[in-house]
Amino acid sequence: MSETVVAPAPVEVAAPAEAYKGRSVPRKEDRRLVQGQGVFFDDLRRHGMGYVHFVRSPYAHAAITGIDVSKAMALEGVYGTLIGEEVAALTDPFFELSTPPGADIKDYALAVGKVRFQGEPVAAVVGATRELARDAAELVEVSYEPLPTIVDGEAALAEGAEILHEEAGSNVVWSGTFDWGDYEAALAEADRVVRIERLHFHRFSSTPLECSGCLVEYERATGQWTIYGNHQMPGIGAIWMGPSLRCGLDKLRFVSHDIGGGFGNKICLHPYYVACCLLARKLKRPVQWTEWRSDQHMANAHGNERTFLEVEVPVSADGTMLGFSVRAIDDCGAFPRYEPLGAIIWAQVTPGVYRWRNIRVDFTQVCTNKSPVSPNRGYSRMQHLWLTERIVDIVALELDLDPVEVRKRNFIRADEMPYETPNGCVYDSGDYALCLDRALELIGHDRLEERRREAAERGKLLGLGIGSTLDSGTNNFGQSQLLNPELQFSGNNEVATVKLDLFGELVVTLGTVPQGQGHETVAAQVVADILGVSPDDIHVRPGHDSYWNSHAGFSGTYASQFAVTGLGAVKGATELLADQIKRLAAVILGVGDPAAIELAEGHARLRDNPEAALPFMACGAIINANNAGLPPELDDVTLNCRYVFRPHFEVPDKERNFGNLTLTYATQIHACVIEVDRETGVTEIVDYAAVDDCGTRIHPQIVEGQVHGATAQALGAAIHEAFVYDEDGNLLTPNFYDYHVPHALDMPPMKNGYIESPSPFSPLGAKGMGEGGGAGIHAVCAALQDALRVAGRPIVDTSHNPYHRVWQLLRDPEATRRLVRVEQR
Amino acid sequence: MSAPVSGRTVTLTLNGETHEHEVEARRLLVHFIRDDLELTGTHVGCDTGNCGACSVILDGRLVKSCMLLAIQADGCSIETVEGLANGDELHPLQQAFSAHHALQCGYCTPGMLMSAKYLLDNNPEPTEGEIRRAIQGNICRCTGYVNIVAAVAATARGEVSA
Repeated sequence: MSETVVAPAPVEVAAPAEAYKGRSVPRKEDRRLVQGQGVFFDDLRRHGMGYVHFVRSPYAHAAITGIDVSKAMALEGVYGTLIGEEVAALTDPFFELSTPPGADIKDYALAVGKVRFQGEPVAAVVGATRELARDAAELVEVSYEPLPTIVDGEAALAEGAEILHEEAGSNVVWSGTFDWGDYEAALAEADRVVRIERLHFHRFSSTPLECSGCLVEYERATGQWTIYGNHQMPGIGAIWMGPSLRCGLDKLRFVSHDIGGGFGNKICLHPYYVACCLLARKLKRPVQWTEWRSDQHMANAHGNERTFLEVEVPVSADGTMLGFSVRAIDDCGAFPRYEPLGAIIWAQVTPGVYRWRNIRVDFTQVCTNKSPVSPNRGYSRMQHLWLTERIVDIVALELDLDPVEVRKRNFIRADEMPYETPNGCVYDSGDYALCLDRALELIGHDRLEERRREAAERGKLLGLGIGSTLDSGTNNFGQSQLLNPELQFSGNNEVATVKLDLFGELVVTLGTVPQGQGHETVAAQVVADILGVSPDDIHVRPGHDSYWNSHAGFSGTYASQFAVTGLGAVKGATELLADQIKRLAAVILGVGDPAAIELAEGHARLRDNPEAALPFMACGAIINANNAGLPPELDDVTLNCRYVFRPHFEVPDKERNFGNLTLTYATQIHACVIEVDRETGVTEIVDYAAVDDCGTRIHPQIVEGQVHGATAQALGAAIHEAFVYDEDGNLLTPNFYDYHVPHALDMPPMKNGYIESPSPFSPLGAKGMGEGGGAGIHAVCAALQDALRVAGRPIVDTSHNPYHRVWQLLRDPEATRRLVRVEQR
Repeated sequence: MSAPVSGRTVTLTLNGETHEHEVEARRLLVHFIRDDLELTGTHVGCDTGNCGACSVILDGRLVKSCMLLAIQADGCSIETVEGLANGDELHPLQQAFSAHHALQCGYCTPGMLMSAKYLLDNNPEPTEGEIRRAIQGNICRCTGYVNIVAAVAATARGEVSA
């Protein structure tokens, strides 16, 4: 079933319909947020609280020869300090996911003995005010001996290169080869082989507007830390922190209320949180840390930078692509914190949206003297999908084919769904060709040549580009075992609790850790439909608290999975509760069979006699406060139900690197029409369409909001945003002056379209979505490639194309033409 | 020569209420509002005056409160997001932001609302271009501005629906 919605979905106010799912009901979160009543971690205060300021390295690579905190300690109002030596004594290095050499890297909360990137924290100071802590930090004297710096992934692999982590003995974190299908046969069969020497996906991140931070309290009586913060994946955060702090996970209570955007960038906060935990314990007082903007840009969470070398694409004469091979070098910065998971996550979408059956990828991840990376919206798949889309456009250019037609010829077809990829992933549903047609309709593809001519009259080159992505959601964490067979992670889970309380209150708690995705609203829609009440009758607790017992090892909001795992847990818990209410009502109303009971209008009532009804309030009161005389068959009825949703996954085959790595695949096809000024290289997006298919939409307006935001981030990355380093490892874009994110005037007009291909594998037919914005980067690159076809056919070889880069392509197309060769057979 | 003064008493009006407070001379207005006067709706997003999460209206002018010292606001009248609603009744802009899904995480929203209010106070019938220019100093990383522009336009047209 499909539909197209071009205008924004209107909000529905009245609520007479039977189902709330599928309707854009008003968001529960909004009333507090529009009044400034949200509770972000930095809004919290505690008696006697100290403010933490980190002393950070000005060098990208240097030995630490001394740290003297005495002058800082002498300042009135300074509560205390922490340095690397103490951290090394009091904690163990963070658990590493990699096999050697990466496994041998020692990563602590503060630099120990050596700094490896600019902005790396070497000491922390706590003072009575923010200003005082900052003053005191300036009094900490650190002696450094600078070392040679590596700021390039390829240079990290060079013979004789400076080694960042001596204990690992190499700058390689992890490397391996993936070989699926029969690549050699595909090469032999090809009529043409297109070879691309080098492509580069640049470094940027989503830079959430709220910086990272926490308020930590330590309770001496129990040895427990409470961390009020904005970690978006506390389940995994605790797994890193507990062993490091040498405590059980019960000693780490994570609380978040409102979070000001995450986008993956708030997953690797454990080094900072451990430092704050140590300080709270040492100083016997609550401590608070708020990251500064320049700190976030320098030293928290960059997206993975990836270089693709020796790309080889066997193609048939008719434009059918038989496969590809590539050598990928992924630069994870100074420490592989969430890494090397990025070395496998891309494999969720190995062939992208295309029917490539023979694929060989040689993947190496390295450390450099740059900020550590962290998952970033579209994590690792975005880089790989950009490669697949670049391949399609470059092959089309070199073989003089229409990129739209090449896509249509090579797309996986709707009638092939569910589709097993060469590496065993199962694409659940989708219709890529239909999405593309919708996108082309929206941008008026039939007038394209006319518009080209009209633009040319104004001295502009006009181009059309398509960007396709698959937003793979609900990870099978078993994929980590393809990197390291010893890891004991597999499957996935999420938790929710739903209870009916004494006065009839319906209360939902979520294991997910929302950062703006509207979980309170969407969860309430699902509960309301099952219990026969309105979303307004349901209180979904904002945020996350590990005291609620509504979390599990993989709890969090990341990797496009709330609509599947989060809502799967909500649905499961609510069905348990509904069953208990019916059993209770059957006893109270004197009917034997709970199936005779229906839930409607806040009552449990007889299906064939709605007058015989028990209000939910009575149910809650009976179980909680008036339960004498209840029969023993109701002993298990608590009206407080917890459900753990576990998607059915197998551990992938480690010999063949084969298996299903994610449960759902949402589709995004974006179409971008760009104009390029021939003289200056200045570009303008003059038309843009985003077509999204995330299966059944629970709240269409929220889906559309995600599409808008993801697209804006992609367009920013494609044209403006980059973390640029000089050769000494100085970050040149450490704030929003130099790192330009889109402002309101930067955004082009956007058209949105939707189709719905329900997932056969998810509880509600919905797919996780929100990370498909990478399509915008691909679409901009493709549009530039198309526009520049008449200007010497330069190759768009990087994901970052600010005006000066476009000007270079116009000035010297041969510089990139040299990257491509076509072998005729 | 006398020692430099490190602080002074500031008296100002915040959302119609008068406050008198000792403040360090170097205290930023935004930290004064958040930490001393305990109104945490005004946010900090960038420390450099780029993002506008700290936007407030000071004596009828839209300002970024991280770009002013608290002592510069002595004697001034300040409006923040907490002053928009009238009791339980949300300001039309607040209603429109919710109706049009003009916020996701809500972190930029207070500053965005103050910029929008300043616009409509001074230009009740803005064009789309004027709306975009008016919120040019406010960064949102969630929405791509599409629905924010729609919400401000709907407010200007008097289409308030919650």
